[in-house]
Amino acid sequence: MAANPMYQFNVYRIGPEIKINNIDISFTNASLFMVISSLAILIIFNLGTKRSIIPNKIQLLAELSYSFISKMISDTAGSKAKPYFSFIFSLFMFVLFCNMFGMIPYSFTVTSHIIVTFVLAAFIFIGVTIIGFIKHGLGYLKLFVPSGVPMVLLPLIVVIEIISYLSRPISLSVRLFANMMAGHTMMKVFGGFVVSLGIVGGWLPLGFSVALTGLEILVAFLQAYVFAILTCIYLNDALNLHH
Amino acid sequence: MLKKIIFQILALSLIFTYSVQSAESGGMPQLNPEFWISQIFWLVLTFGLLFIILSKFILPKISNNLETRKSQILENIETADKQREETEKKVKEFDKIINDTKVEAKNFFNSERQKVLDDINNKKLSLEKDIEKEIIKAEEEIDQLKKTSQEKVTKIAIETSSDLVKQLIGEDINKSSLSAIVEDLSKKEMEKHNGI
Repeated sequence: MAANPMYQFNVYRIGPEIKINNIDISFTNASLFMVISSLAILIIFNLGTKRSIIPNKIQLLAELSYSFISKMISDTAGSKAKPYFSFIFSLFMFVLFCNMFGMIPYSFTVTSHIIVTFVLAAFIFIGVTIIGFIKHGLGYLKLFVPSGVPMVLLPLIVVIEIISYLSRPISLSVRLFANMMAGHTMMKVFGGFVVSLGIVGGWLPLGFSVALTGLEILVAFLQAYVFAILTCIYLNDALNLHH
Repeated sequence: MLKKIIFQILALSLIFTYSVQSAESGGMPQLNPEFWISQIFWLVLTFGLLFIILSKFILPKISNNLETRKSQILENIETADKQREETEKKVKEFDKIINDTKVEAKNFFNSERQKVLDDINNKKLSLEKDIEKEIIKAEEEIDQLKKTSQEKVTKIAIETSSDLVKQLIGEDINKSSLSAIVEDLSKKEMEKHNGI
């Protein structure tokens, strides 16, 4: 077993190499965990669709998460964001389940790869921008011109606003990726300490490791939540232009 | 002291792990573009399928369940309210009936009592009348008896006195003068008797 804490992020091929037009789309361990997460979500929420007046535990879980996300969307983006509910729900659940499956030892964390989070963030960014232009036309550009700013400062503010808008996909993707990667690396490093210090000194890093596991589970949930709520906020900007 | 030892151990272990790590090739696997296209492909595939299945099949069912539960609860609350109102009405009716019966019973009792009292009064009155009549009759009888007895007494006195005088003197005396004397005496006696 490699002691390199970055080894856990390695992507390797499972099964045969699949190539279409010289592009490698082989099934990898990352793909495996994406499939597992999606299937887990589908199974759990499909079990939660029983029609009973008094819900059982899984149904309660499904309904509570439904109302939780529904409330989150209506709180941050208003009632206009209702058509995007199922997208944000899937996004939150996908990120959450990928994060949580990553917490199982020797598993693979899909969201610890910048390319995955970046594709998600870029999709959200492009989608939100398209929605904004469809809803407000060229008026959406008013987003970069906040009201009540002195004329002298306006050129500067507009530039800053544009940069902050364009950096949204990067900040969104890097936040999730860096959190997951840092947490898992840290756990691996402390695990390495436990091994190298042996039975004499290994107890302290072991304790750290246990505490970090708890923290990481919290972070896994929190980052999924942050990812979803930032999507809601961007959507809010596109749907309800306040500037 | 303990802190120092822990710190030393940590530093030592860091050196150990670092030396082990540096033996292997470092770097972040995330920045290796070998499987980027594959990851993007599988991400789009799985997430797309997840989104489609969730939005088409699963989420509508859940929201439907929530809606029906909400509406059912509202309905139940409504019927419960209705039934409560009905119960209150029934209780009021019941109270009214009880009150009415009480009043009726009271009235009945009062009227019966009045009847009985009237009856008693009437009987009393008639009885008193009868008694008075009887008393008056008795008094009249007494009066008559008194009168007749006086007359009889005076008659007897006159007769006996005339008889006595006849035997004593041997001749008849004028009856009227005798009766005048007797009446005068009896009157005096009566006056004496009556205390006048």
